Amino acid sequence: MTHNMSVDICGVKLKNPVMTASGTFGSGAEFSEFFDLNRLGAVVTKGVASVPWAGNPVPRICETPSGMLNAIGLQNPGFEVFAHRDLKFLSETLLPDADPAGSGLEDIAYADAGNAAEAGANAAAGNPANGGIGTKVVVNVCGHSEEEYIDCVEKLAQEPRADLLEINISCPNVREGGIAFGTDPKGVERITAAIRKAARQPVIMKLSPNVTSIAEIARAAEAGGADAVSLINTLTGMKIDVERRTFALANRTGGLSGPAIHPVAVRMVYECAHAVRIPVIGMGGIQTAEDALEMILAGACAVSVGTASFHDQTAVLSVIDGIADYLQRHRVPDIRDLVGCL
Amino acid sequence: MKYREKATVLSCEEIGTGIFSLRLGAEQIASSASPGQFVSVYSRDSARLLPRPISVCEADAEHGILRLVFRIAGKGTREFSRCREGDQLDLAGPLGNGFDLSVAQGKRVFVIGGGIGIPPMLGTAKCLAARGQNVTAVLGYRDERFLADEFPCRTVIATEDGSCGTRGNVLDAIREAQLDADVIFACGPTPMLRAIRQYSMDRRILCWLSMEEKMACGIGACLSCVCRSTDIDAHSQVRNKRVCTEGPVFLATEIEL
Ligand SMILES: Cc1cc2nc3c(=O)[nH]c(=O)nc-3n(C[C@H](O)[C@H](O)[C@H](O)COP(=O)(O)OP(=O)(O)OC[C@H]3O[C@@H](n4cnc5c(N)ncnc54)[C@H](O)[C@@H]3O)c2cc1C
Ligand SMILES: Cc1cc2nc3c(=O)[nH]c(=O)nc-3n(C[C@H](O)[C@H](O)[C@H](O)COP(=O)(O)O)c2cc1C
Ligand code: FES
Repeated sequence: MTHNMSVDICGVKLKNPVMTASGTFGSGAEFSEFFDLNRLGAVVTKGVASVPWAGNPVPRICETPSGMLNAIGLQNPGFEVFAHRDLKFLSETLLPDADPAGSGLEDIAYADAGNAAEAGANAAAGNPANGGIGTKVVVNVCGHSEEEYIDCVEKLAQEPRADLLEINISCPNVREGGIAFGTDPKGVERITAAIRKAARQPVIMKLSPNVTSIAEIARAAEAGGADAVSLINTLTGMKIDVERRTFALANRTGGLSGPAIHPVAVRMVYECAHAVRIPVIGMGGIQTAEDALEMILAGACAVSVGTASFHDQTAVLSVIDGIADYLQRHRVPDIRDLVGCL
Repeated sequence: MKYREKATVLSCEEIGTGIFSLRLGAEQIASSASPGQFVSVYSRDSARLLPRPISVCEADAEHGILRLVFRIAGKGTREFSRCREGDQLDLAGPLGNGFDLSVAQGKRVFVIGGGIGIPPMLGTAKCLAARGQNVTAVLGYRDERFLADEFPCRTVIATEDGSCGTRGNVLDAIREAQLDADVIFACGPTPMLRAIRQYSMDRRILCWLSMEEKMACGIGACLSCVCRSTDIDAHSQVRNKRVCTEGPVFLATEIEL
């Protein structure tokens, strides 16, 4: 039996619903030594701002039980280098859609479960019988101010390789440029509207879990015109080194990610999926296909795999193959039949 | 080329108090690793997500054998110390740049190691000696010695408690033995590296230092492991270099310590 793995996020077709999570995958170059990026639904790049950011002092990370804290502080090389190096790499590496006009999702049937690798390769080769959807690029954007976000989004409008924008209004490690924008519904609606107006590509607002009601924030993003929301960013945490009697991170606090946060993320995806009509992209602690399917059943149209890639460079491929295998085992013809069915 | 490889434990031996020498069958990594590079070692306990970076002590390409020497520093290294022959261990590598031995061609070289920074210097010294280079190893210990007799070259020792060699640190040993060199390769604790950096700058000796920082991906993607660089780095566009990728070996003058 063939089954459909492709999904549609705000009019952009993904060959499968699995992407990388921003900040855990660079722009893909490093991971391309371990696998063919053309197997991914989308590559989500590390947050980029209009100018370079130095980030936080070290130590920037520490391990916690089944997770980690990070306070990278959105170090990034700035838009110019990102566009000329990272987007260039991605356009050279990722194959385009076989049929850019799009033949309609109905014709698409790819990924024979037992043979997902080969199916992936066929799709990558642009074989229309296998969907022929190319891997998409989601550019994650950060900024210190509304103007800085807009500046970056406007520059990205000129970049054909940026298929979707994900706006990080939820980084807990940088006061302005992250969480400051993402915790107040009115602020979220305003900045979403401003970015929506400036953007050429569909806009995904990335939400913080460090709020009383994430559903309320999701509704504010929708009211501001967001094309989709993604969640969750990391949960603010702290670790203390008892022997040295110091904070484990130079920044004192950091964002918790990894399997430890997965149940929290599933609950939040469920709440948001019930609060808004726009697509919800789920992430937070996904390590296996089962973790990803929980998110999908809770209402996520697509998922991102982050911290798991630090433990296993090919974790994201296991998630893709595992989902295909699940569809086969449960005789589900279309992944979209599972979205939010709980 | 970097590999993800399931290595087979050939032996695991305690060579000092809490210090273990692990020999692994890891054909792909052993065949392409060079001195000063490291591997990511993954825990079998899925609650410990992050890889442990461990330097390549020696790589035998011909037989596909990799040797790691590590100190128990926490839960991950304790787990690795319990490896038995036949066990499997997940590795990624070889990672990082390593020491560029060609810069030492025809020059007098100091290979300096302090404490658990000594293992990568053993492989480095052996490779230099095999090229017929003039190498002197300078090894610093707190008290107990390990690996010292394996160095294939002139070796001077410093111990903090004076139980062997010069009482003091590696620079005290160099001064006491009135040694001189044109090139330094070093790995060890930060205070030692800082002192060597200053020493090399005062004497205008070319000096390369191997740095440590906490790592999450180990391959250059996450920006966890940066150190401060003196100039703007081409990759980051700020004064940060990735220890896992631009390093762990840096020219002493290109970083701040
Ligand atoms: C490039 C490089 C090469 C190294 N080579 C060696 C070696 O050859 N032999 C050796 O004994 N040690 C080496 N270390 C140090 C070694 O990585 C740590 O001792 C080890 O990670 C500790 O893990 P743990 O689980 O036992 O300790 P825990 O304290 O339980 O570890 C918790 C977390 O902190 C990280 N961590 C703790 N200490 C360090 C450290 N010093 N550097 C980086 N991360 C750390 C661990 O990887 C883990 O993610 C090296 C470090 C680096 C960066
Ligand atoms: C080291 C690291 C860096 C991150 N950097 C970013 C970033 O630049 N922008 C962003 O929106 N999210 C960033 N995140 C958050 C992740 O994209 C993701 O939302 C979060 O880690 C939860 O997913 P996970 O548990 O699968 O990692 C980062 C996470 C980690 C661990
Ligand atoms: S550990 Fe991820 S960049 Fe060095």
